[in-house]
Amino acid sequence: MMDLILDVLSWVCLLGGAIFLLIGAIGVLRFPDFYTRLHAVSICDTLGAGLVLVGLMLQGGLSLVTVKLLLIFYFMIFTGPSAVHALAEAALQDKLKPLVDEREP
Amino acid sequence: MFITVSIVILAAIAVGLVRAFRGPTLYDRVLAANMIGTLTVLMVAVLGFMTGRPEFLDIALVYVLISFVSTIAVLRVVALRTGTTGAGKK
Amino acid sequence: MEHLIDIVLLGLLMITGFAIVRLRSLLAVAMLTSIYSLLSASLFVVLDAVDVALTEAAIGAGISTILILATVALTSDEEKVPRHTPLLPLVVVIATGAALIYGTLDMPHYGDPAAPVHRDVASSYLHDTPADIGVQNVVTSVLASYRGYDTLGEVTVIFTAGIGVLALLGYRTRRRNSQGPGNRKLVVLRVVAKLFFPLILLFALYVLFHGDYGPGGGFQAGVIFATGFILYALAFGLGNAQRVIPHQLLRIMAAVGVLIYAAVGIESMLLGGKFLEYRVLADDPVTGQHLGIMLIELGVGITVVAVMLIIYYGFVSRLHSGDM
Repeated sequence: MMDLILDVLSWVCLLGGAIFLLIGAIGVLRFPDFYTRLHAVSICDTLGAGLVLVGLMLQGGLSLVTVKLLLIFYFMIFTGPSAVHALAEAALQDKLKPLVDEREP
Repeated sequence: MFITVSIVILAAIAVGLVRAFRGPTLYDRVLAANMIGTLTVLMVAVLGFMTGRPEFLDIALVYVLISFVSTIAVLRVVALRTGTTGAGKK
Repeated sequence: MEHLIDIVLLGLLMITGFAIVRLRSLLAVAMLTSIYSLLSASLFVVLDAVDVALTEAAIGAGISTILILATVALTSDEEKVPRHTPLLPLVVVIATGAALIYGTLDMPHYGDPAAPVHRDVASSYLHDTPADIGVQNVVTSVLASYRGYDTLGEVTVIFTAGIGVLALLGYRTRRRNSQGPGNRKLVVLRVVAKLFFPLILLFALYVLFHGDYGPGGGFQAGVIFATGFILYALAFGLGNAQRVIPHQLLRIMAAVGVLIYAAVGIESMLLGGKFLEYRVLADDPVTGQHLGIMLIELGVGITVVAVMLIIYYGFVSRLHSGDM
């Protein structure tokens, strides 16, 4: 019974994470401007990655595999947003202008 | 099943590749490359579970670190260049 | 159903290759090359070749991309427009490709147990490894023990590449304490680099010594170790990186790695066996094998770290600003 619950939960997490990753990718394709695409990647990617890794951890149980997955999660939490930050800073230094709504209110 | 998840992640990689090819500025391409790196890490982890060989997680760990370092390397090279050229590199 | 993943991965590889050829901006091409390496490594994972995938990930997506970027930083950003039509090269490439594909039609099927490559030597390695060597990773046992002489040649090749770069590019020491474009701009990167630097080094050591049981070994570990130092150099500037690991030390390390490897061979000769016969290194043959494998992997790792960093220092020290 407990196994079934864990299995179902892990499948929900895995599929949810994969769908979030796909949504993030579609966002990168369709958003109009570089800075908006940054938002799509950094938020959806990290969330999707977290869910997928949690789903895999539930599949793995308490073992070395779970410890490695925790390490991957820890690395991703740090490297994902800081890479996006570095990107935004480089683009700003290059004077890439964000798309601004210039209509009269 | 695991196969469904890996197909969805592959679809996300394909969409990211379109952006990497199209993206008008260089930064779009770097962003797409970083995203594809993260997606590949997850796909390798899922594939490892699918084939029943959790040793693949070592590969996923290596990718996370390596893709971060190469993104930072690209950005430092670009930062070298932005002293001379104007806005919006191709 | 697994073939679907293979087909999709190969299709993505093709699209990436096409994009690499068509794009003119060399920085984008460098990033796409890194993606190409990642996709090929995923393909190796699907093909169940774990060691190869790890090596491709570490080297292709990491060091290779960084060195290509250093080259682009030294030369120019845009590819020159070709002035001749590629008609003759296209004909030559199509003819060669067709001949190669025609040649593969005669090969045995993938995974065919009756194929010559699976019958004689490979099956004896698979059969004898648990008794002779006692490591779980057959790739390591073949690489380090059965074909140890080959691997000595590989390490010497890497060492020669390092010498070649030293001879061609030389090295300019950075006297001033270069720190990059202002400290405030790099705060986030510096904090994260400081956080990750020890973790990367520890992970490299794990890959080195875990090569007996899982994917790993000297080459991958050396590359990951060097990547840690390159991350430090990217965040803090080449001057600071040289204070952490000076160029003189790298030159010594490169030679020491090869020496350790050859010394293990000579030691086994002095103890009565043949060159690189690890059995005689300890009382128990299996323990001798383990000891020999550990020592030569250490030697390989040390040389790879030193040569990768020598090449990186050689490239980056020639940039005008002294940093990448």
